Amino acid sequence: MRLTKFLVGTAVVLAAVTAPATARKKDKEEAKTEAKATFNKDPYPSTYHPYAGVPTAVTNVTVYDGEGAKFQNATVYFRDGKVEGIETGGAVKDGYTVVDGTGKWVTPGIIDVHSHLGDYPTPSVDAHSDGNEATGAARPEVWAEHSVWPQDPGFSRALANGGVTALQILPGSANLFGGRSVTIKNVYARNVQGMKFPGAPYGLKMACGENPKRVYGSKGQMPSTRMGNMAVNRQTWARAVEYKRKLDKGETVARDLGMETLAGVLSGEILVHNHCYRADEMSLVIDMAKEFGYKVSTFHHAVESYKIADLLAKEGICSAMWADWWGFKMESYDAINENIPLVHKAGACAIVHSDDANGIQRLNQEAAKALGDGRRIGIDIPDEVAWTWLSYNPAKALGIADKTGSLKPGKMADIVLWNGNPLSVYTRPDKVWIDGALMYDAANPKMRPVSDFELGQPGEGDTK
Amino acid sequence: MKRFLLGCAALIAAPVSAQTVAITGGKVVIGDGSAPIDNGTVVITNGRVVAAGAGVAVPAGAERIDATGKWVTPGIVAGFTRMGLVGVDAVDPSNDAGARNSPFNASLDMAPAINPDVAAMAVNRAAGVTRAIVSPDAGNVIFGGQGAVIDTGADMSPVTKAKAFQFVEFGEAGARLAGGSRPALIAAFKTALGEASDAAKGIFREESLLKRGDALALVPVVNGTMKLFVHVEGAPDILTVLSLKKDFPALNLVLVGATEGWRVAPQIAAAKVGVLASALNDLPESFEQLAATQSNIGRMKKAGVQVAIGMINDNEARQAQLSMQYAGNLVALNKVPGATGLSWDQAFATITSAPAEIAGVGADIGSLRAGRRGDVVIWDGDPLELTSGVQAVWIDGVKQSLVSRQTRLRDRYMTPTEGALPNAYDR
Repeated sequence: MRLTKFLVGTAVVLAAVTAPATARKKDKEEAKTEAKATFNKDPYPSTYHPYAGVPTAVTNVTVYDGEGAKFQNATVYFRDGKVEGIETGGAVKDGYTVVDGTGKWVTPGIIDVHSHLGDYPTPSVDAHSDGNEATGAARPEVWAEHSVWPQDPGFSRALANGGVTALQILPGSANLFGGRSVTIKNVYARNVQGMKFPGAPYGLKMACGENPKRVYGSKGQMPSTRMGNMAVNRQTWARAVEYKRKLDKGETVARDLGMETLAGVLSGEILVHNHCYRADEMSLVIDMAKEFGYKVSTFHHAVESYKIADLLAKEGICSAMWADWWGFKMESYDAINENIPLVHKAGACAIVHSDDANGIQRLNQEAAKALGDGRRIGIDIPDEVAWTWLSYNPAKALGIADKTGSLKPGKMADIVLWNGNPLSVYTRPDKVWIDGALMYDAANPKMRPVSDFELGQPGEGDTK
Repeated sequence: MKRFLLGCAALIAAPVSAQTVAITGGKVVIGDGSAPIDNGTVVITNGRVVAAGAGVAVPAGAERIDATGKWVTPGIVAGFTRMGLVGVDAVDPSNDAGARNSPFNASLDMAPAINPDVAAMAVNRAAGVTRAIVSPDAGNVIFGGQGAVIDTGADMSPVTKAKAFQFVEFGEAGARLAGGSRPALIAAFKTALGEASDAAKGIFREESLLKRGDALALVPVVNGTMKLFVHVEGAPDILTVLSLKKDFPALNLVLVGATEGWRVAPQIAAAKVGVLASALNDLPESFEQLAATQSNIGRMKKAGVQVAIGMINDNEARQAQLSMQYAGNLVALNKVPGATGLSWDQAFATITSAPAEIAGVGADIGSLRAGRRGDVVIWDGDPLELTSGVQAVWIDGVKQSLVSRQTRLRDRYMTPTEGALPNAYDR
C-alpha cells in the first residue's frame, strides 16, 4: 500500500508491522538513527486501556467490513477487544453474549482525521481557544495533545450520534507549521494520555493558502502572500534537513522541539497532514515535499482535489474532504459536491472528514450525500465501498490501518451497530464498542457519557 | 450600480409563467403537514398552484410532466438565512449581511441588497430551495434592520416580500452589542421601542438613542404590523423576551435559534410565538446553550409551539440546501430512545409551510394548496433522504435552470487531464 513507508516509519512506537523487504531495510537504517537520538520520543505516553468487554456475537446484521466488502444476514464475533470474524450461515457459536441485530447494520467505527475537539472545545469561550499558536507562522514545536481538554462535551456527541471511535486532533490552520497532531480513542479519560491511541504515529499539521498569509500579513509579518507562505515553508524545511543531517551524523545538537518534529517527518515517523484547498497549491506542496524529501499523507479540505485527482492518485496522497461545504472563503469557492466520488473514481484515496464538532456527528451522512451526487453523474460506487472513506482510508492516513479501520480478524473491535442503513438520514448508532467494550448504548441512559463540564448543569445526561 | 438597479427591480413583479403545467403520477407532498399522496397531480397556471392531490383533473392544453416514481413537493422554504446578501462570506466587499460601521441600524432594508447573481442562489435553487427568509446581521447595535422573503429564481426579481420583519440580537450576542450586559441589552431594547412609540406620535427628542429614520423603522414593530425576529438561545432569555410584551403588548414576536426553547416550551406555546429553531444544535456552544439537544424542535412541537427550521449562524448565507438533511435528522430521532423527533410529515412542514406561516407569508408560499405560488420540485426519491436529488424546479410556475458554477466546474473536470487544449477551453 502506498502508506507502507509511513507505517514502517512509525515502527519506533509500533510493536510489529508487516512490511516489505525494502521497507524493513529502511527500518534498520532508522533504528541506527534512533540509537543516536538522546531525547525521549514518547515523553507523554499513552495510558489508554481498553475497558472490559464480553465475548459478543452481533447476529442477523448487514455488515460493511470497512475495506469494501459487504455481508448480509451475518454474525460479527469479537472477544478480548479484538474482532474474531464475520460469519454468514450456521448457528451462533456458544460462549458469546448475543446481540440481535435484525434489521440493523454493523460497520467499523468511524475515524475522523480532522477534528479540533479538545483544542477548540465547547463551550467555545475565549478561555478555551487552544488550537492555534498564532504567534509565529512556523510553530512545529507545539503539540496538540498539550491543548486537548479531555472534558470536551463534543467527544460524547461524536460517539453517540456519530459512531466515531477514533479521531485525530489537529492544531488549527493559522500557521504554516501548526504543530503536532495526536490521534486518540474516543473514550473519556482524566487526561489526554488516557485517550491517546496506543502506537499511533504523530502527525504534523501544515497549512496552505489564505489563513497563514492573512493571520501574519495583517500583523505586518511574513508571510503576507502565497509566495511568502512557500518561502517560509522552504526555509524551515531547509533548516530541518540540516538539523536532521547533524543528527544522522551523530553530531551534538541543541534540542530544538520544532526541528525534532520536522526531522521526524523527514525520517518518515511523523505523517504530514496538510490543510490545502486549491489544486495549484496542492501541486506546489507535492513538489516541495520532493524537494526536501518527505511525503504528504493527506491534503485536508482539498476542495479542488477533483481538478488534480490523477496527480493525487499517482502520488498516493489522500484527500480528506467535506461533501458539500463551499463558498465561505475565496479558496473554497470552487468546491463541488462530486469532489469525493471524483477523487475515488480516479483511484486516489478519498476520506470524509469533519473539522467540525457538529459535522463529526454526521460523517456517515456526508458520505451518503457524496455517494448520491456521484451516482447522479454515473459514478456508481457501492455503499460498502463508500464506507472505506469513513474508516479504512482515514486509518491508513493516520498510520493505524494495521490496528483498526476495518473488521478484519485480529483488529481492535471498534464497532458500531446502527439502527438501520447507516447511509440513511433516518439512522443513528444503536451501540458502539471500542476495543470490544460497550461504550454507548442508545437503550441505556447510563451508557451515555457525560463530561465533567456538563455534570450538574442543565441538560445533563439528556439525549443529545 | 447593480445594487441600485436591483432596488428598482424589487418593485417589479417577479416573472410568472402563464403556461399551465400538470405534473402527474408522482408521490405528492402538500407541505402542510399532511401525508404524502400517491399518484397525485399538481396543476400550475399563471404562476400559481390551481390544485394538487389525488383525482385532480389535467386541464386541456396543459403541458404534462410525468413524475411516475418521483416525489413532487412544494419548493423548500429556508426558514432563516442570509442568502442573497453574501457572495463569499470572507470576502468583505461581497458581504452585505451586516454593517458594522453604519450610523443606521433598524432602518436598514435588506431587499435592495438581495443579489440574484450570488452563487448561493443557483446552488440552492438546484438543490430544491425556492424561497428563503433573509435576515440582516446585527452590526454595531442590537437592531440589524429589515429582512425580506425572497425567491431563488434565475431572474432579476428576487424579492417576494420586502420589509417582512425587523431583526434584533438578544441573549449573549445582544448583551455584547448593547455595551456588555443583559441589563444594558434590556435598557437598549426598551429605550429604542419607547422612542419608536414616541415617533409614532411624531415626537422626536434631542437626546434620543436612535436616529429619526431608525425610530420610524421601529414604529411598525411597536404597533405589531411588522414581525420582530429575536435571536435568543437560552431559556431564561426566552422568558425575558416573552415578558417584553408586558411593556409593548402589540409586539409580534418570532424567536430565532431558541436552542433551549424546549425548557420553556409551554410558555412559548402559551404566548403563541413562532420559532425558527436551529435543528441540530446539541453542544453547549455557549453558556446560553448548555441544555442544547436535537430533541428541541420535537419537544417544542409536542408542547404546541409553532416551530420551523432556521439556520442562524450556521452557514446560512449558502447552505439552505441542508434544510432537508436537518429535517430528516429530526425524523431519525424517533428511533432513539428518550429523544423526541418529528413525524416525516411534520418534519417536511418545518421546511415548507411552517417557516412561511411564521414569516407571515403562508398564504402565498410554502405549500401546494390552491392559490399558492407555483414553486414545485420533482425529486428522484424521498426529499429528506441523503442520496436523493432534484430533477426539476419551478418558481412562480417558471421552469428553472439547475446549472450552477458548481455543475459547470464538475463537468469541466469530469476528466481532469487536459485534452488537445487546456481545460480553460472546455465549456
